[in-house]
Amino acid sequence: MSTPANKTPSAAPAANRVGLTLADYKGARSTLCPGCGHDAITNSIINAAFELGLEPHRLAKLSGIGCSSKTPAYFMRRSFAFNAVHGRMPSIATGVHIANRDLQLLGISGDGDTASIGIGQFTHLIRRNVPVVYLIENNGVYGLTKGQFSATADFGTKAKVGRTNELMPIDLCALAIELGCGFVARSFSGDPKQLRPLLKAALAHRGTSVVDILSPCVTFNNHEGSTKSYDHVKEHDAPLHDVTFIPPHEPITADYEPGEVRQVTLFDGSRVTLKKLEADYDPHDGMAAMVTLRRAREAGTFVTGLLYVNAQKPAFDREVGMVEAPLASLPLDRVRPPRRVLEEIMEAHRSGAAPR
Amino acid sequence: MAALAFSHEGDSSLSAPTHVRINDCNLHVATVNGSGSQTANATLLRAIFQMGVPVSGKNLFPSNIAGLPTWFTIRVNERGHLARTRTNDVLVAMNPETAADDIAAMGPGTVTVVNAGIPLPELPSDRTVHVVPCGKLVEPIVPDAKLRKLVVNMIYVGVVAHLLGIDAEEIDRALGSQLGRKQKALELNRAAVNAGLEYAREHLPPAPVRIERRSLTDGKILIEGNTAAALGALFGGVTFVSWYPITPSSSLAEALQGYLERYRRDPQTGEATYAILQAEDEIAAIGMVLGASWAGARAMTATSGPGFSLMTEFIGYAYYAEIPAVIWDIQRIGPSTGLPTRTSQGDLLSAAFSSHGDTKHVLLFPASVEDCYQYGMQAFDLAERLQTPVLVMSDLDLGMNVSMAEPFAYPEEPWDRGKVLTDEELDRVKTFERYRDVDGDGIPYRTIPGQRHPAAAYFTRGSGHDEQARYTESSETYARVMDRLARKHETARRLAPGPVIDRAPHAAVGLLSFGSTAWAMDEARERLREDGLETSHLLLRAYPFHPDVRAFLASCERVYVVEQNRDAQMAALLRMDMPDLAPRIRSVLHYDGLPIDARSIVERVLHGEREEVVAR
Repeated sequence: MSTPANKTPSAAPAANRVGLTLADYKGARSTLCPGCGHDAITNSIINAAFELGLEPHRLAKLSGIGCSSKTPAYFMRRSFAFNAVHGRMPSIATGVHIANRDLQLLGISGDGDTASIGIGQFTHLIRRNVPVVYLIENNGVYGLTKGQFSATADFGTKAKVGRTNELMPIDLCALAIELGCGFVARSFSGDPKQLRPLLKAALAHRGTSVVDILSPCVTFNNHEGSTKSYDHVKEHDAPLHDVTFIPPHEPITADYEPGEVRQVTLFDGSRVTLKKLEADYDPHDGMAAMVTLRRAREAGTFVTGLLYVNAQKPAFDREVGMVEAPLASLPLDRVRPPRRVLEEIMEAHRSGAAPR
Repeated sequence: MAALAFSHEGDSSLSAPTHVRINDCNLHVATVNGSGSQTANATLLRAIFQMGVPVSGKNLFPSNIAGLPTWFTIRVNERGHLARTRTNDVLVAMNPETAADDIAAMGPGTVTVVNAGIPLPELPSDRTVHVVPCGKLVEPIVPDAKLRKLVVNMIYVGVVAHLLGIDAEEIDRALGSQLGRKQKALELNRAAVNAGLEYAREHLPPAPVRIERRSLTDGKILIEGNTAAALGALFGGVTFVSWYPITPSSSLAEALQGYLERYRRDPQTGEATYAILQAEDEIAAIGMVLGASWAGARAMTATSGPGFSLMTEFIGYAYYAEIPAVIWDIQRIGPSTGLPTRTSQGDLLSAAFSSHGDTKHVLLFPASVEDCYQYGMQAFDLAERLQTPVLVMSDLDLGMNVSMAEPFAYPEEPWDRGKVLTDEELDRVKTFERYRDVDGDGIPYRTIPGQRHPAAAYFTRGSGHDEQARYTESSETYARVMDRLARKHETARRLAPGPVIDRAPHAAVGLLSFGSTAWAMDEARERLREDGLETSHLLLRAYPFHPDVRAFLASCERVYVVEQNRDAQMAALLRMDMPDLAPRIRSVLHYDGLPIDARSIVERVLHGEREEVVAR
């Protein structure tokens, strides 16, 4: 895209550490409904990626099917993207990572794509700890098919057409923590101040990081009686802490009172500071995280922030034991064993061959 | 021994039979699954192979770990006719549960070895039955009763060796090559073989079918199709395998895992130039393959019917978004679970048109273990050249049974990674459009994720897209893309392996076979010739059909398409492709889960030819 006409050379847009401007991180124009929470998330992604100075060619955008899964077209146009089939983005992510472990993977999914059709692949992605940032743009409804409940719809919430949801929701964050996910956060599309640092932290984590983002559907789930309307979420948003992301080697500039802040160091040396709000919250304590989530559900609130982190979790690629270079880059002579190997194997299958 | 009284033998019967058939017989062994009979049967097979006589073995096994009946058939034929036959010359009946039926199925002139204690039915006198006290014979050798169960089958190995004249030394070598490293097991088994051999020498006359040394297997190998396929993938440079356990394809992935572990992992650093994952299901398996393949790996999966059905949606995606993938379908029989341990060629139509919308895929039909090896490599080249899934349609009979073959040849050609543009090439070409048909063959160019060039990136989607990979719902664009995909499919006709044709001069009748069905064709044609019917033969190796297939059909008055399914699926594909030649197509169908045999083919072709005469 060209730069806006009113920009003069003297007001050249600011470049980040890799020499790119914010515009370089944008994508095609969104075709979602005006005011959609997903577009706000897209904006946060664009800003987070720009501020981190991500190189577009080192990142691949992956998604499934649904409104949320359309959004990779709306940011980072210079990155490769794979918009897969419904609920199966995790398997694509696993394959892409194995082929090219140098690629950073950003997966965008929704509550339908993840909590229903994709719940199996979601759990196995976490179980393997494949390094993917897995965002759930969670609005409790199927938007593209016009407003059916999803599996994250809260008990008792009302649909636009008046039906009441009689099933308990699946809490994807609780599920992720239970499965041993090393990075689990919840946020709100309407709170970019919290979402942006959480996205950066998720991108700095090595392993699967799950960020469940409440993202109201302005068309099908924004009415009175819905627990995922913009107003309801805003009113019941209970942030655990103020989140600040500090890239590696950058000093912490703010002054904090002792005991006021918890600091989390991530795999690449970047840090997250969590400034205490009401109660102290230790994101390293998975048990406490589960209790917090359960209490919030009972209270009808949404706790947001960094729910759980374990930066030490062994990475997937180490367990698979792949070579340093991306498998996709290996030349033939590294992947076709020499002639003597075939001869050795043939000898073992010949008549009267020696035991193997 | 009382049981011996049933034996139709006396001292006189110890002399050699008058009519002896050499190197042409069928040995059928009935045992209980999980009783260790596999080693016994493999020992017999290998020993015959080592004597230089062509041999094949077919395992008819239940979907069960232990306790259900299982059969193993060894066919010996020095003319190389190694397909299944419907009758047997020698039976070893070790399973009391099936013995009555097994024995009743034996015809005149046959020999049955039956374990003592198994009740015998009334039998005509032209069938020889030897009751052998296997349990008694093994008792002094193996004091441990539990262990004895696993060694008792070696008694019949010794007995059969005597009956058929299998060289004891070769039995010993064959046993050694299987158990060589387990010294104690080897000694016990060896002792049991000898006990059987000695007993038989003393009490039983040789059978009227005998094995004599030849040199027809010199230098050859014995290998299963699935193992051969794994080797092909290994030398084809596979970098990623994802699979979900399912009979009869698991042994392909497991063989590959073994080879990769051994030959593609650095023993010092432990670093591997591959990854293999057991997925959570077949949907994930194919998803991982597509992700890896999209990102530039050589990726494959192996499955069978039910798993293949699950992969369908992604296969359609790969067709439309043009992502290479290699999928081995080791076919088993039946809709749904069917008979999981029986063979078939019943997935042809569901594979050819796998997934919704207008889709058609490239299929390869390996007809031998060599083909499994070659297609193990070629399927990757083809998938990457065409940027589409390539489905290799093997089956249980080919995949899980051993066949003889010449040792496989090391690939002399480099791999073909297809139309991939590097960053340097992107600099040279003026524009890159992911789905533009630049060369007129329907195959576009692709880039690989991770490429730095600013023009390299594109958006892969299963929704409507234009030449630049942009989302579109334009009717014209959709139709244009689909027409190009059809053009690409046309290109595949000549890129995929063409048929192998054996034309008999002046033959009006042609036979068409593919996959494991081909094994019975030589024998069938020979018998048809004896009955006065000359036939030409075409071995089909790929879909879409090579132009030579059309030419063959056009040159015959009638073509019998021989296949192992109920609905004449290959014939249907041929009729669709060549509607003008459809009236020439006849079918020989076989679909009971057992491998097809030559006699079935001969009978049905002759029947068809008689009908033809009547119709005229």
